[in-house]
Amino acid sequence: MKLIARSMGRYGRAVALCMFIKLLATLSELMLPYILEHIIDGVAPRGDLPLAVFWGLLMFAAALLCRQLNVAANRSGVRNAHNVSYDIRQELFQKTANLSGAQFDSFGLPSLISRMTSDSYNVQSAVQQLQTLCVRAPMLLIGGVAVTLAMDASLALVLVAMLPVLVLVVLAVSARGLPMYRRVQQRLDEVVRVMRENITGIRVVKALSKAQYEKRRFQQANDAMADSDIAAGTVMAIPSPFMQLCLNGGLTLVVLIGARRVNAGTLEPGVILAFLTYFNMIAMGVMGLSRIFMTMSRAMASADRIDQVLQTQPGQRALPLSQAKVPAGGGFLRFEHVGFSYGEGDGSAAGFAGEEREKALCDISFSLERGESLGIIGPTGCGKSTVVSLLMRFYDAQEGGVFVDGRDVRTYEKDELRRKFGVCFQNDMVFQDTLRANVDFGRGLGEAALRAAVEDAQAAEYIDALDAGLDHRADIKGANLSGGQKQRLLVARALAGKPEILILDDSSSALDYKTDAAMRKAVARGYGDCALIMVAQRVSSVMGMTRILVMDNGRCAGYGTHQELLNTCPAYRETYRLQMGEMT
Amino acid sequence: MPGPGDRGGKKEKPRDARGALRRVLRYLAAYRWMVALFLVCSLLSNLGNLMGPRFAGKAIGLAEAGYRMGPGHVDMAGVGRYALMMLACYGVGSVTGFLVSIGMMRVGRRVARQLRQDVFDKLMVLPVGYFDRHQAGDIISRVSYNVDVVCTCLSTDVIQILTSTVTVAGSFAMMCAISPPLVLCMAATIPASILFTRHMSRKTRPLYARRSAAYGEMNGFAEEMFTGQRTILAYAQENRVCGDFSRINRAAAEAYRDADGMGMTMGPTVGMISNFGLAAIGLGGSILYMLGVVGLEQISSFVLYSRKFSGPINEISNIINEIFSALAASERVFRLLDEPEEVKDVYGAAALEHCRGDVRGSGVSFGYVPGRTVLHDLSFEAKPGQTVAIVGPTGAGKTTIISLLMRFYDPEEGCIYVDGTENRAYTMDSLRRGYAMVLQDTWVFRGTIFDNIAYGKEDATMDEVVHAAKAARIHSTIMRLPQGYHTVITEDGGNISKGQKQLLTIARAMLYDTNMLILDEATSNVDTNTERQVQKAIRSLMAGKTCFVIAHRLSTIQNADHILVVDHGDVVEQGTHESLMLQKGFYYQLYASQFG
Repeated sequence: MKLIARSMGRYGRAVALCMFIKLLATLSELMLPYILEHIIDGVAPRGDLPLAVFWGLLMFAAALLCRQLNVAANRSGVRNAHNVSYDIRQELFQKTANLSGAQFDSFGLPSLISRMTSDSYNVQSAVQQLQTLCVRAPMLLIGGVAVTLAMDASLALVLVAMLPVLVLVVLAVSARGLPMYRRVQQRLDEVVRVMRENITGIRVVKALSKAQYEKRRFQQANDAMADSDIAAGTVMAIPSPFMQLCLNGGLTLVVLIGARRVNAGTLEPGVILAFLTYFNMIAMGVMGLSRIFMTMSRAMASADRIDQVLQTQPGQRALPLSQAKVPAGGGFLRFEHVGFSYGEGDGSAAGFAGEEREKALCDISFSLERGESLGIIGPTGCGKSTVVSLLMRFYDAQEGGVFVDGRDVRTYEKDELRRKFGVCFQNDMVFQDTLRANVDFGRGLGEAALRAAVEDAQAAEYIDALDAGLDHRADIKGANLSGGQKQRLLVARALAGKPEILILDDSSSALDYKTDAAMRKAVARGYGDCALIMVAQRVSSVMGMTRILVMDNGRCAGYGTHQELLNTCPAYRETYRLQMGEMT
Repeated sequence: MPGPGDRGGKKEKPRDARGALRRVLRYLAAYRWMVALFLVCSLLSNLGNLMGPRFAGKAIGLAEAGYRMGPGHVDMAGVGRYALMMLACYGVGSVTGFLVSIGMMRVGRRVARQLRQDVFDKLMVLPVGYFDRHQAGDIISRVSYNVDVVCTCLSTDVIQILTSTVTVAGSFAMMCAISPPLVLCMAATIPASILFTRHMSRKTRPLYARRSAAYGEMNGFAEEMFTGQRTILAYAQENRVCGDFSRINRAAAEAYRDADGMGMTMGPTVGMISNFGLAAIGLGGSILYMLGVVGLEQISSFVLYSRKFSGPINEISNIINEIFSALAASERVFRLLDEPEEVKDVYGAAALEHCRGDVRGSGVSFGYVPGRTVLHDLSFEAKPGQTVAIVGPTGAGKTTIISLLMRFYDPEEGCIYVDGTENRAYTMDSLRRGYAMVLQDTWVFRGTIFDNIAYGKEDATMDEVVHAAKAARIHSTIMRLPQGYHTVITEDGGNISKGQKQLLTIARAMLYDTNMLILDEATSNVDTNTERQVQKAIRSLMAGKTCFVIAHRLSTIQNADHILVVDHGDVVEQGTHESLMLQKGFYYQLYASQFG
């Protein structure tokens, strides 16, 4: 609600103008029947043809005016709704794009997407309708009540007495309707989620011939949604016939009481007749109001969901230096006794990672200088990628300190920190765009830089073989590239900016050893002065690094050079023997 | 549909509104008796609401008659009777009105549910390539937004149009009975309304179609960017992406403004035309009155009926926008429903049962895009229980071979034989059931761990699942979770790591009892410590099965019976590890480079 008011407020003048025009339009609309009545009852009996023609033409003119005003009002209503919905979507997109890792996790991707799409659409239609509905209905209602009160206050009171009842019903129903519509949206989330799962996992579903099963699963979600939608719709269908019934009952009372008073000689029958006419006006007004409420309660459920996202405070602000930690030693990149767990007590967000609920990271320390490199190796789920997330401040460490260039990472402005990085995540994203745009990624790098990066990432070979070269378009999620081609493209993206810190998280798992080795050689040659973090599964990928961090279950199982670890770290020695020993 | 390369500049294709309408009506046909019933109810409701005022008028008439005779002469018993009738009429009107609105709402929602289900069922039979070419968000927007628009339209608009037609016809008859010359006065307005409505609909329909397309594109973009949010943040590209979104958002907002802004002129204009009609009646009526052709009372009641006549017409012209937007929306749904489906079972296809696992390919050629062949003249053979390893540089066509084995696609030339019969002769379901598969892109869904593992085998018991999990070496990890096997994995795998996902999918394949197995880089991400255990498990899984393994770790395929070395879509070498090493060819180089 606040969201709608706030966003419409920005166009206050335009909205007011739209409503004012609608007011004029409604007035001119109400005028038409009076002109007609005047022609038939006033002019025609006098037999004055020119006068009849004059009034007839006047009525044509009024009809034209009424049309122009209504069109103008509707158009400006649509225009305002288009501005408001643009703003809301833009704000929502911007906010979502900037959510911190923890915040993003807690909303969940599918829910964020449906807030962006179906909720914003609901709000848009409400905004459009409200502007015109809000003028006409109250006008009819207030006008009708005022006229009847003026005609005969005591009879009018019968109608007026109905109003509080009606208002109560409308309020009660819309209060009930709001949570029901919220449930509908939640169930819609569910429907969308099942559908997304099937779209992403279509190969597995087909391979296992599970189509029938999935259809049933979708049917359940779909039925649940339809049921709650029907339930909400049923509640929402109550007010309008109920109000009609009340008002008509009131009218019957008016007729009865009126007739009695006519019998008593205290009322003229013409008044009752007039009441009938004005009663119609009041009824239309009340119905209009109830439509406003119904529209509102649906839109409010959606607006609230959008607002939830908009109201999330930026999770991570840049700390003033005075509150920041100070590194206890040197090093361009430095972890000091870092501890971290996902979800921060929020059970739902922790999910499967509950395994590491104790801690995703525990007492991790390392440091490296520019020009040095760190290899991180360890079993799956041991926290290797979490180290990267903390270094780039997607999450804040709960214990210990993370430092970049001698400063607590929390003191950097977000973009200032991240501009230092060139990174290729595990499962990183190829966008539906040209390969050039995927490597450049909006940084405006020169052709030479792109070329060098593509060559160093060993991607030149396959890109040059494409008809369009770098201008070849990648499909959604790079579906027209193989796993290895994607990885090389993503590494090229990381290299292209000549970053101060280069992070390659499992970026060569789909590459054959030869390509992997060539890539590592090229990185060592061309990017020698940056700090390199290489997260990998293969010892051969990390054994050339300055230092290696061996991780196990969120803890440090060994830290040192390749030779040191071979001597001191049993886990590392075992891994090395397994991977390399079999070769000979 | 945004295919690759035409984001933004889409061409409007000619749209078939009538066809879409027919198809929507076909969905409605399932409820035709209900709709007919509601139509009757709605007529009753209209009748009740029309008769109410008449009884009120009669009651007032009695009061007036009594009034003329002085106080105390009003027939209060008669007034009471009419008041009761009035109440009864209004009661009937309200109750039937309530029934109609609830009933049609239900019908609309049910049709929506059916549409959603149909879309989903269709997704299940689309070729897998469709999902590579279309954004999930765009597909989903058809299910959420487009279906919703259709549903709203059906819930409210259909019945209104039907009852309006009746009212219009009735009042027209009444008008003709009262005064044919007056009908002529307003006659011009009817064709004018119809012509105008047709003209407008021709103008607005493409606008609404563009509006639907623009929303689809915007939703697709939002989905893509939200999915890649972390990458965008990592490269500090939030502002650029927001800028891009602004452009697309603006286009969607403007498409909405253009469509609805144009659509919104329809109601007032038709209103104006009918008001012109009223003015003509007023003017013409006065003249006719002066000529002595009609009486004043006739004019008055004619006006009343002409209001009843034009009211619904105005309503319909207001609704017609919604109908067009609904038709445009339904067309997007129907276009998806009309997509060509994946290869179907040939007539008389047999189920593949008790498959021995004898797989042979001969002269297989294939390309995703016509004219761009990815695989050339590939031949291979795997005898029951043998392991065929497929190796080669990335992009050599290894994944494509798997897609052909599973019949995600059919080869352009050549054939694949299973147990000596061409695989096209089997039903798709039974053929695919013949393979267990661990894919490069691991996939889990929201559900318990038990459900995720048991996915391939619906009647799996807990014992079987635990057994599979133990074999995949993930049992102890699962047992450490608070709810063990009943722990729910969050959407998109949430915080579960890629490696854990892989172990789950391995467990899933373990449970899936077949004679053929496909491993696609299944072990490339699992670390070496776990891998040694998984290797053991996989080896026992592979025992007695015909296996196709794609892996970059040469150590995992040293034990293969047969190795296909693929490069640029051709099998350049094949043989055992030893014989290939002796050849000192491509395979040898690949192998040696591991120390690079």
